[in-house]
Amino acid sequence: MQPVGSKQGFAKRAFAPWADRTLQPILRVEGLSKRFGPFTAVDRLSLDIYQGEFFALLGPSGCGKTTLLRLIAGFEQPSAGRILLEAVDLKPVPPHRRPVNMMFQSYALFPHLNVEANVAFGLKQEGLPKREIAERVADMLALVKLESFGRRKPHELSGGQRQRVALARSLVKRPRVLLLDEPMAALDKKLRGETQFELMDLQRRLGLTFIIVTHDQSEAMTVADRIGVMDRGRLVQVAPPAEIYERPNSRWVADFIGDVNLFEGRVGDDGASVEGTLFGRLRVAAKIDAEPGSTVWAAVRPEKMRIAHEKPSPERENCAAATVVEIGYLGDVSIYKLRVGGGVTVQAAIANTGRVMERAIGYDDEVWLTFAPESAIVLTR
Amino acid sequence: MNGQPKHSFLAKLVVRIPYAWLIAFFLVPFLIVFKISLSQTAIAQPPYTPVFGLASGWHGVSNFFAALSLDNYGFLGSDPLYVLSYAKSLEIAAFSTLFLLVIGYPIAYAITRVPRRLQAVLVLLVMLPFWTSFLIRIYAWMNILQHDGPLNQLLLALHIVREPPTWLSTNTAVYIGIVYSYLPFMVLPLYATLEKLDESLFEAAADLGCPRWKTFWLVTWPLSAPGVLAGALLCFIPIVGEFVIPDLLGGSQTAMIGQTIWTEFFANKDWPTASAVAVVLVFLLVTPIVAFQHQAMRGAQRD
Repeated sequence: MQPVGSKQGFAKRAFAPWADRTLQPILRVEGLSKRFGPFTAVDRLSLDIYQGEFFALLGPSGCGKTTLLRLIAGFEQPSAGRILLEAVDLKPVPPHRRPVNMMFQSYALFPHLNVEANVAFGLKQEGLPKREIAERVADMLALVKLESFGRRKPHELSGGQRQRVALARSLVKRPRVLLLDEPMAALDKKLRGETQFELMDLQRRLGLTFIIVTHDQSEAMTVADRIGVMDRGRLVQVAPPAEIYERPNSRWVADFIGDVNLFEGRVGDDGASVEGTLFGRLRVAAKIDAEPGSTVWAAVRPEKMRIAHEKPSPERENCAAATVVEIGYLGDVSIYKLRVGGGVTVQAAIANTGRVMERAIGYDDEVWLTFAPESAIVLTR
Repeated sequence: MNGQPKHSFLAKLVVRIPYAWLIAFFLVPFLIVFKISLSQTAIAQPPYTPVFGLASGWHGVSNFFAALSLDNYGFLGSDPLYVLSYAKSLEIAAFSTLFLLVIGYPIAYAITRVPRRLQAVLVLLVMLPFWTSFLIRIYAWMNILQHDGPLNQLLLALHIVREPPTWLSTNTAVYIGIVYSYLPFMVLPLYATLEKLDESLFEAAADLGCPRWKTFWLVTWPLSAPGVLAGALLCFIPIVGEFVIPDLLGGSQTAMIGQTIWTEFFANKDWPTASAVAVVLVFLLVTPIVAFQHQAMRGAQRD
């Protein structure tokens, strides 16, 4: 694991156990593969997750993120590789004996049991005394604000309430690791936003380790300490959210997380510029980690682009002449689509701050598109 | 609704067709049988009096009603033959339903555990016997169960028995015939219920620390209760009135109510008594079902 998070100050709180080489991970995945016939769902994947971490597995549908979760829970058997929980190999441990719990995407609440009985189900399997079960169920229902719903059956609850019952049921056994499979996919957007913050709060208060699977990048960015971006069964980048966004390690990640403009070119002889792009010779802030002459891509986020009618000083900035072809007004920002050079479209997101612009930029305007050298990330793959 | 008077006539008609069907093919025949059960036997055509007719005017109608009586029902209670026959029918139906459940549930459960494409084939196989006439299948069982039939030959060949046992004309033969014939009616509703259960429920139970066998009792079984009930009713009710199987495979000690009705009707030409036996049978079956549904409705409201 690269100790990048703390060094570059991207962790959103002073919490970066992955940077501490003396710490043992709570969950270690080693060279894990899962094949279904000719299809490889998880491909030689390795990953360390630490106590107290909120880890998000993010990727498009079919990338293998849910399969990875099910392998950890024990519902699938790996084709190769190992999963270690607190240094113990989980392979011989059947799902009902693993000290991890899962919150299912469908919630999987038992329809014939009321809320209390659903939450108590796991504790009863442990054979705990009735009084302790009742107390822990009551505590857990209070924690998810469902005290007065204990006697209701799942079909008598709203979607948001059902989701909280599922959460309570999976938390009540105090799992070493809680696995959440798209826990907010069924909620409407507003409720999802509130629930994300509640989930983070809960995780921090209980000090548990959460692994969430999601295809929603903003959800992953909001809740997670680290994000593992998955594509075709492999982890393509594991890093804190800000680093994933600001320093994607490939075109694929840059494109998957947020919007991005990619300018193809060759590394200049000075090793700090990209030549032959739409912008001509592009200056970048850092030395490029590639041989001069090799093909690279300069990635620039739309919100780091600026547009103006007057030509800025070309010595400091990268700039190119462009024509506005489309404007999308989103309230807080406006998305401009501009044509540069040989008909390539570039996106710029301009925050709608301040008052009315002195000279508003309209359709078909000839403008200058600029960005600072430090706004560009050079990607070699 | 109010805005579409044009459609209302047709719409009402469509809604009423099922009622018309039930009235024409269930209620009217039942009332006819009920009326006959209140009559007396007569050597006539039809073989009972009074016969309803408007020929003799109002006086005739009132005479008709005056002639009806509940005597036949009293007669049923006084003769242990009928009581025993009812008891035997209910006993055979209850045990058969239990056997069907014990055999049918694992079959239905096993079908849901195989890949979906194979499930369709297995369901087809469960229904396959229907492609052969019911009567022919029972005759086949007569052949299998007879003294020197295939079953006894097999048992002798495997040295399981020394003397060929008698199967035909026993309770065992009736149970074999009934369980064999009704198995699809038990398996299909059970399969339909089990097949709908969400796989993630079993995974959730395992995830919460429940071993497989326990998951069956805590999750699968309670959630399959509607299928168990449907299958049980679908088997129990027709088995009570079963005639062909006990008649062909059973003996004198398995006189079920269907045979009693047949004897009264065809052998004794006692239509009123046969009708009374039939009416009592209907109430015997309908009452527990109505009571159960009432209970289920109250249960649903309470939840």
